[in-house]
Amino acid sequence: MKNIRLIDRRNFIKSVAGTAAGVAFGSQLGFASGPKPVMGKAKSVIQVWMWGGPSHLDTFDPKPGAGVDYTGPYRKPIETNVKGVYIGQKLPMLAKIADKYAILRGMTHGVFAHETATYLVQTGMQPGEMVYPSLGAVVALKKGFGQEYKGVLPPYICLTQPQGRFSEAGFLGPKYKPFSTGGDPNAGKFIVQGIVAPGGIDDKRLAGRRGLLDKLDRYDAAGNSTLVQADDFQEKAYDLILGDSKKIFDLNLESDELRQKYGRNRFGQSCLLARKLVQQGVPFITINWKGWDTHKKHFESMDKQLPQLDQGLATLISELSEYGLLDSTIVLCGGEFGRSPKVHMDPPWNGGRQHYGHAFSWLVAGGGFKGGQVVGETDQRGEYIRNRPIYPWDLNASIYQQLGIDPLGQLPHPHGCVAYVTPLASGAVQSGGLLTEIM
Amino acid sequence: MRLRIFLSVCFAVLLLVLFSFTNDLSSYSYGQISEVSGNKVSYLGDIRPFIDIKGCNAAQCHGSVGDEGGFELSLFNGDPKGDYERMIYANRGRYFDRFSPENSLFLRKINGKSPHKGGVLAEKGSKEYQMLVAWISQGAVYEYPNQRKIVSLRINPEKFQMKVGQEKQLSLMAVYSDGTEKDVTAEGYFTSNDMAVIAVGGDGGIRAGHFGQSCVSASYLRNTARVLVTVGNESRSNPQFNGNNKVDDLILAKWKQMGLEPSRLCSDEEFLRRVYLDVTGALPTVEQAKEFLADKAGNKRSELIEQLLASDKFADFQALKWCDLLRVKSEFPSNLWPNAVQAYQRWLRQSFIEDKPYDQFVRELLVSQGSDFRDSPVNFYRAFPDRQPQAIADTAALIFMGARMSCARCHEHPAESWGSRESLGMGAFFAKLGYKKTQEWKEEIVYFNPDGKLMHNGKIVQPQYIDGTMAEVKAGQDPREVFANWLTAKDNPWFAQNISNKIWFWLMGRGIIHQPDDIRPGNPATNPELLNYLVEELVGKDYDLKHLYRLILNSRTYQLSSEANANNKDDYAYFSHYMIKRLTAEQLLDAVGQVTGTNEPFTSRIPEPFTFIPDDCSAVQLADGSITTPFLEMFGRPGRDSSFESQRNNQAAMDQILHFINSEHLQKRLTSSSVLKKIVASKKNPKQIIDELYLAMLSRYPKADEVKILAEFFDKNKRNIAVEDTVWAIMNTKEFIFNH
Repeated sequence: MKNIRLIDRRNFIKSVAGTAAGVAFGSQLGFASGPKPVMGKAKSVIQVWMWGGPSHLDTFDPKPGAGVDYTGPYRKPIETNVKGVYIGQKLPMLAKIADKYAILRGMTHGVFAHETATYLVQTGMQPGEMVYPSLGAVVALKKGFGQEYKGVLPPYICLTQPQGRFSEAGFLGPKYKPFSTGGDPNAGKFIVQGIVAPGGIDDKRLAGRRGLLDKLDRYDAAGNSTLVQADDFQEKAYDLILGDSKKIFDLNLESDELRQKYGRNRFGQSCLLARKLVQQGVPFITINWKGWDTHKKHFESMDKQLPQLDQGLATLISELSEYGLLDSTIVLCGGEFGRSPKVHMDPPWNGGRQHYGHAFSWLVAGGGFKGGQVVGETDQRGEYIRNRPIYPWDLNASIYQQLGIDPLGQLPHPHGCVAYVTPLASGAVQSGGLLTEIM
Repeated sequence: MRLRIFLSVCFAVLLLVLFSFTNDLSSYSYGQISEVSGNKVSYLGDIRPFIDIKGCNAAQCHGSVGDEGGFELSLFNGDPKGDYERMIYANRGRYFDRFSPENSLFLRKINGKSPHKGGVLAEKGSKEYQMLVAWISQGAVYEYPNQRKIVSLRINPEKFQMKVGQEKQLSLMAVYSDGTEKDVTAEGYFTSNDMAVIAVGGDGGIRAGHFGQSCVSASYLRNTARVLVTVGNESRSNPQFNGNNKVDDLILAKWKQMGLEPSRLCSDEEFLRRVYLDVTGALPTVEQAKEFLADKAGNKRSELIEQLLASDKFADFQALKWCDLLRVKSEFPSNLWPNAVQAYQRWLRQSFIEDKPYDQFVRELLVSQGSDFRDSPVNFYRAFPDRQPQAIADTAALIFMGARMSCARCHEHPAESWGSRESLGMGAFFAKLGYKKTQEWKEEIVYFNPDGKLMHNGKIVQPQYIDGTMAEVKAGQDPREVFANWLTAKDNPWFAQNISNKIWFWLMGRGIIHQPDDIRPGNPATNPELLNYLVEELVGKDYDLKHLYRLILNSRTYQLSSEANANNKDDYAYFSHYMIKRLTAEQLLDAVGQVTGTNEPFTSRIPEPFTFIPDDCSAVQLADGSITTPFLEMFGRPGRDSSFESQRNNQAAMDQILHFINSEHLQKRLTSSSVLKKIVASKKNPKQIIDELYLAMLSRYPKADEVKILAEFFDKNKRNIAVEDTVWAIMNTKEFIFNH
């Protein structure tokens, strides 16, 4: 995608004047269209990241009229509990609670490569000279330690493997990187690296090791401050290891019935864990779900994964709602792009869907976002946005707004460069504006 | 409605016409006398300082790249002519009404009559307000002929010393072309390159906080003055110090000036571990440690230095540093892709194995052409998300000159001479690059494209060096060649200085100029004589980098203990003791691997054959920043997002300590270790085992009390548990985690 950031503003306005109606540009117009929303009060975000890019046609933007070349075997979308809104036929549980979430069908950025698309969607920034932090890193900065978060667990947790593709913290530095748990929450014992003791190490042995370390660790280089700090971390680390925090990760303490409800698979149990982490006040949790980059055997994979998505996500949203946490928790679900609306039947794909950046869908629930809504519309085949484009920065800016983080505010840059929370602040990006329809 | 639009367009055209004749109209306004100064008011003389003082051009106001209300100003007042023109023509000239100055939107916003996010800047009737009215009514002139200009700035006093705790008020004087001077302290912008030594306030007040030297810079309207302030150390020194070479002599002179006493010479054990880590990135093995410690030869340290510099591991470790600097990575933001990454790293490593002279190495990178697979230095030009000529120039300046040009991309440097003009000019060297794909998957050809050009404001930008001189490029010549000639010339002030300072930084943990990639007049070397000496040596030996390594590693300064004494414990800038460093992410992971004889399973997210990693690949040997493991990410491996040295983070953090104490990852490395199993199964007694583990992990024999503590532990526990837990405990000591 061309870097429009570098185009002189005046020429830019000139070149786009008279193009598609209803598209606003820049901060002035983007924020002026419609009433300016008040800063939200959401506290936490759960981001379900569908690594690889899920098909929008098979999930939240079905196109039964486009023919079997487009639908594949999924020809019968189901109507949700919101009249007139249909979603993919493999998502019956989500269909029953559509009043609790909004579907964003206008997502677009036009990039077809994983790493750049991931960067765009995670950061809400155009690729440029500086590497910006992801949504989670910005939330960790603005709402993590030293801000309103008072917990002991890290403020930005990734279940269970890092997303990769780019360095999540960007110029904010490693302090704001996500803590990845490792392990498998669906396993008999969910081992969280560093927090839950590894197999074979009971409390007695842990204590024996600690005693030995205390006696041997005497190197101090005359009060060097770096070493003093390392000692301090060690004390705190033991507090965490020996304290109750590790119980949060022990899903065996939950009833079998509840665990079944979420689905006894890695994703379902991650959803259950995410709910528990939100109850601890953790501001940002990413559930990183690999397996959506389905160039081949697409529908076989979908037959397996969509029911897991349906069960885990629907239970998560319902439970958050029952606990009264949905108003303060934003739940997001989507990937770096969509997949080609047309099914590739020719070899070597034999029924696959390829990368697709012109149009894709995200689901947004809670945290002040209105449910039962659809924002944006694609054409008859789901190939292009027909109405109400939503760019990654529009989505991120709306999320920041709901979290009480000023989307036009600045980010600290180590070399004092001017950096904004979203590109809407500098005004030189194409924008569909904030999601005022659902705020 | 239509009529209204028509009328407003007419009005705008009229205004444009009026203001395009500004210069002619200005003669008309000569007779009018400004009420403020009894003088003619001009943009350059009066309005520009006003804008600067009021902060109109701040990043969050009109200095933002996107501008506020179509009224765009350059940050730090870097482009006054451009600012003036943009201001006059902003929104079709609607800000000014010459015939009714007080109705000008410009003034209505400034006095609060019209909404203005920046608030009221001049009350109606104030002197400033009257000046603005006069300016508009006189025709909003940019500059009058023979108008007095600032020729220089001067900080008062120009030479002085301070003591810790002392405060002082500096004044800033602007010297004008007519010989007059004006006090501009309140309007100046003050900075200090070492805020711990000298902290500055915005009003020119300074405070000495720590002994040492700091350069205080003050700038006003793109002029800069500097003064080097020395804060004396309370203690005096008379170091008894027999240096090993000239590095030590030059360092000693500085200690005497700063009243510092060096620490003792480090022990052989300390030296052994340190020099292995700093030169090869790896710990010595048990055998290597035993051999060195048993050696009685007087020159065994320099022998070891020679041996390590000649080893392939030196090349591995150098290749890693350069992979960081050159952002070698398959995925975002470099997007080099696996095959090219492997080819690039092999070329880097081979260059160090061959002892390629540094000027040749850089030249090969800069003038490269061809395929990313076969002519791998071309990857230098591929590792950018947007491949803009200016971004390439910024990176070349950062890596090979230590200059932070990138600031000048968006705005003038607040306190240095280079600005957006120089940044553009440097970009023009890289404007004639072409890229094309081939039939092969992810192969790309980088070539010289004679038709390439960098445009700015409708004009082709001509190549210009950082100091502002124009480059001479012959017709049909690749401008990169001209740049490479200039850069690698023996008298280039940046080139040898930058790499000498970088190598010093890599070995000593702090640059003689610090940060090492922030070289500029306002950030001088703490020991210029030393840096000059290193530069002379490097250039004199035809850019043989190993010669510099040899000089530094053999110096007594490098071989000082990390244990500070009462005199030098607060020294962080003058190298009176070795500065401890946490082992880098790769060093730590490889140390664990070496001690346990286990391999880390590295993974890549790209399903391609070239992401194949041999099982015994060490972390230091990894070519690709996209091939990783959670451990490396947690311990601050650089993201390779940019070429700043600060991309690598060696700070200790809580999650790292948790990982060492309590992770399954490291526990598995212990339980699956064939090395430890062999020790357990052997007939060795506890003392022998303890000796071996200390040598393997800390490169020394254990002390008597350590043996006693551990022997007791062996008595109380099963042999396999005792071995495992001993390794665990040593691994968690600071002595293991830090390079000291």
